[in-house]
Amino acid sequence: MSSPEQWTRPVGQPGAGPRSTDITAATAGTPTRDQVIAGLRATSEGGADLVQLLTPEGERVHHPEFDIEVTPDELRGLYRDMVLVRRADREGNALQRQGQLGIWVPLLGQEAAQIGAGRAMRPADMAFPSYREHGVAWCRGIDPTQLLGIFRGTDHGSWDPLDTRFHLYTIVIGNQCLNATGYAMGQRFEGKVGDDDGEATICFFGDGATSQGDVHEAMVWASVYDAPVVFYCQNNQWAISEPLERQTRVPLYRRAAGYGFPGIRVDGNDVLACLAVSRWALDECRHGNGPVLIEAFTYRMDAHTTSDDPTRYRLSDELEAWKLKDPIERVRVHLVKQQWADQDFFDSVQAEADELAARLREFCVSMPTPGPERIFSEVYAEESPQVRAQRDEFLDYVSGFADAHAGGEH
Amino acid sequence: MAAPTVNQRTTTAPEEGRTPVQTVTMVKALNMGLRAALEKDPKVVVMGEDVGKLGGVFRVTDGLQKDFGEQRVLDTPLAESGIIGTAVGLAIRGFRPVCEIQFDGFVFPGFDQIVSQLAKLRFRSQGRVRVPVVVRIPFGGGIGAVEHHSESPESYFAHTAGLRVVACSNPVDAYWMIQQAVECDDPVIFFEPKRRYYEKAQLDTTATPDPLFASRVLRQGGSVTVACYGPMVKTCLDAATAAAEDGVELEVIDLRTLSPLDLGPVFDSVRRTGRLVLASEAPSEASVTAEVAARVQQECFYSLEAPVLRVTGFDTPYPPSKLEEEFLPDLDRVLHAVDRSLAF
Ligand SMILES: Cc1ncc(C[n+]2csc(CCOP(=O)(O)OP(=O)(O)O)c2C)c(N)n1
Ligand SMILES: [Mg+2]
Repeated sequence: MSSPEQWTRPVGQPGAGPRSTDITAATAGTPTRDQVIAGLRATSEGGADLVQLLTPEGERVHHPEFDIEVTPDELRGLYRDMVLVRRADREGNALQRQGQLGIWVPLLGQEAAQIGAGRAMRPADMAFPSYREHGVAWCRGIDPTQLLGIFRGTDHGSWDPLDTRFHLYTIVIGNQCLNATGYAMGQRFEGKVGDDDGEATICFFGDGATSQGDVHEAMVWASVYDAPVVFYCQNNQWAISEPLERQTRVPLYRRAAGYGFPGIRVDGNDVLACLAVSRWALDECRHGNGPVLIEAFTYRMDAHTTSDDPTRYRLSDELEAWKLKDPIERVRVHLVKQQWADQDFFDSVQAEADELAARLREFCVSMPTPGPERIFSEVYAEESPQVRAQRDEFLDYVSGFADAHAGGEH
Repeated sequence: MAAPTVNQRTTTAPEEGRTPVQTVTMVKALNMGLRAALEKDPKVVVMGEDVGKLGGVFRVTDGLQKDFGEQRVLDTPLAESGIIGTAVGLAIRGFRPVCEIQFDGFVFPGFDQIVSQLAKLRFRSQGRVRVPVVVRIPFGGGIGAVEHHSESPESYFAHTAGLRVVACSNPVDAYWMIQQAVECDDPVIFFEPKRRYYEKAQLDTTATPDPLFASRVLRQGGSVTVACYGPMVKTCLDAATAAAEDGVELEVIDLRTLSPLDLGPVFDSVRRTGRLVLASEAPSEASVTAEVAARVQQECFYSLEAPVLRVTGFDTPYPPSKLEEEFLPDLDRVLHAVDRSLAF
């Protein structure tokens, strides 16, 4: 398989037919379209730049730049995090299937990418998520029950973004990258950047999002203002039905070079590597050497959302191949191999996961629906006369309607 | 492997032997209309996020890429400004792009290209450049969705000179209007009421359609005129059925074209009834309904027996979906406004 390092020019080179599979073209530095696309998908077997500390087989490997030491306790903690967020995610999926949620956005397969980044953050750091970051939310101390309102339709985000330093979920693709950059500029303007006590911001987005103008602009701004922001792209290979090659012909981490800051591709299914690279990137930012782009190379193991049917656009073989790289299994294997965890530990995490799922379910089915006054609240700092009038009229109408029904009048 | 698509296109003489009248959903009608447009004019291209292999998140473009190829039906990168901006370029080159915006709330990254280029190119070039681009937008609420998936942004576009803005309300109109929009030499912002996507009607593909930029009286009645569009049309027709039981006859008009407005039938009706209720999911402030109200009071001042009343979404952001039933005007709120109108 061709390594990304060999690619000098992207596609459509004269002489290289668009569908040609001529191998000599690649060795000559002029890859074909198909080779470029194959390279985009290069994983642990392919990309030489891929940072990995724990192989899919649970072997600990070392990296010259990004190595970290973890204690058995820390690794057990990361394992527990991943098992619990996966369980919360599966419960969210089930609750949607049972009609308790309008939709669920699964994180299945992306646990390591999210827990690694989330656990790399310090309390004063700020995160700007997209809509799939249930694992990062977990690391910010947001209980999974607090995510449910968005998907049940009772709120647009129930946590305090400033207290938790975890912004509200952002659904409009790419918007949050500019917001994160602005926030990071503020950290810098306030002198909170420059030493080991500095602050940093991390912004989450997908492979599809990299096509949005907002993401490009965010990288330009971050670069020219030296903003302490980590652009954390979870490349899960798909943007709903569109594969990565619909968005790019160069590996995403390489785009950073064009903006003038470092770009790193990390094995997104390796929680240790994600932790190490994110910690490094956040530290760079807090010391004043940001921004940094991280491409966490991972896979969306479930549908885009519960409304999606992936059988229409991708092969199940692909999923089967990625199951072999499962982010949780490799940690479990490593814990066992090292004798860092015994069956009691795994059982207790399992029990905790069961409890969490039960608690989520119980919470979900008994969530109150807000009253109609919620429609009109906090539209402006000072309530507008028009909104107030509409509220009063509507509440009056609703109560009159109830009266009319009671009186059998209508 | 992709699942078999619903629309199996027979390669030869597809219409022959097939009855011209069939029962179709709005999704199917739009799909058939787009297919007809692609067949008729090789310059028509369909483009958007997930419109190709997936057939669109609502399946409106189902099977089109399979039958017309990747150069006629494009799965684009994820960027609305890119979709509209490149459609403008394709149109300058002589193509007729039909862009899909996945949901109403996602048109805004493309707003700049729509307002600055698409809307103004004819005027700026004094007719030398035509940009016959259609921008399809599923709009409105009622599907229990998360944020940004239930909005009614039509007034932003109606406010912009150079754009034509239409909204279909039923499968039959959807089938004809999308084809007429593609044939129109002006850019058309084409709103589709997503909560009506799966409602059915009898479609006769050999019928002669109404013109695109015309409103239509759907039900006659002498008590109160009710004008509406898109998803509210069904609500208002249901309200008319309910009102008739109480002896109140509503005249229901589907505006269909929001810019330019075709208010002749509304004026005629109001001159007879003296009363007008306007219904729309969009917030009321500076909206299409505000424009209709202003024009009616100007044209029909001496005929009005009551002020023009509006039943709309509130002037607030769209609420969490558990509250959308309260937010969206329903049959009762329409009837309430009818009662208030009659009480003057
Ligand atoms: C501006 C905008 N356009 C379209 C959408 C609809 N949409 C939601 S998610 C998605 C794909 C996103 O893919 P990616 O960025 O790779 O993130 P992933 O969902 O894979 O995590 C699309 C097109 C949207 N939310 N916002
Ligand atoms: Mg993705």
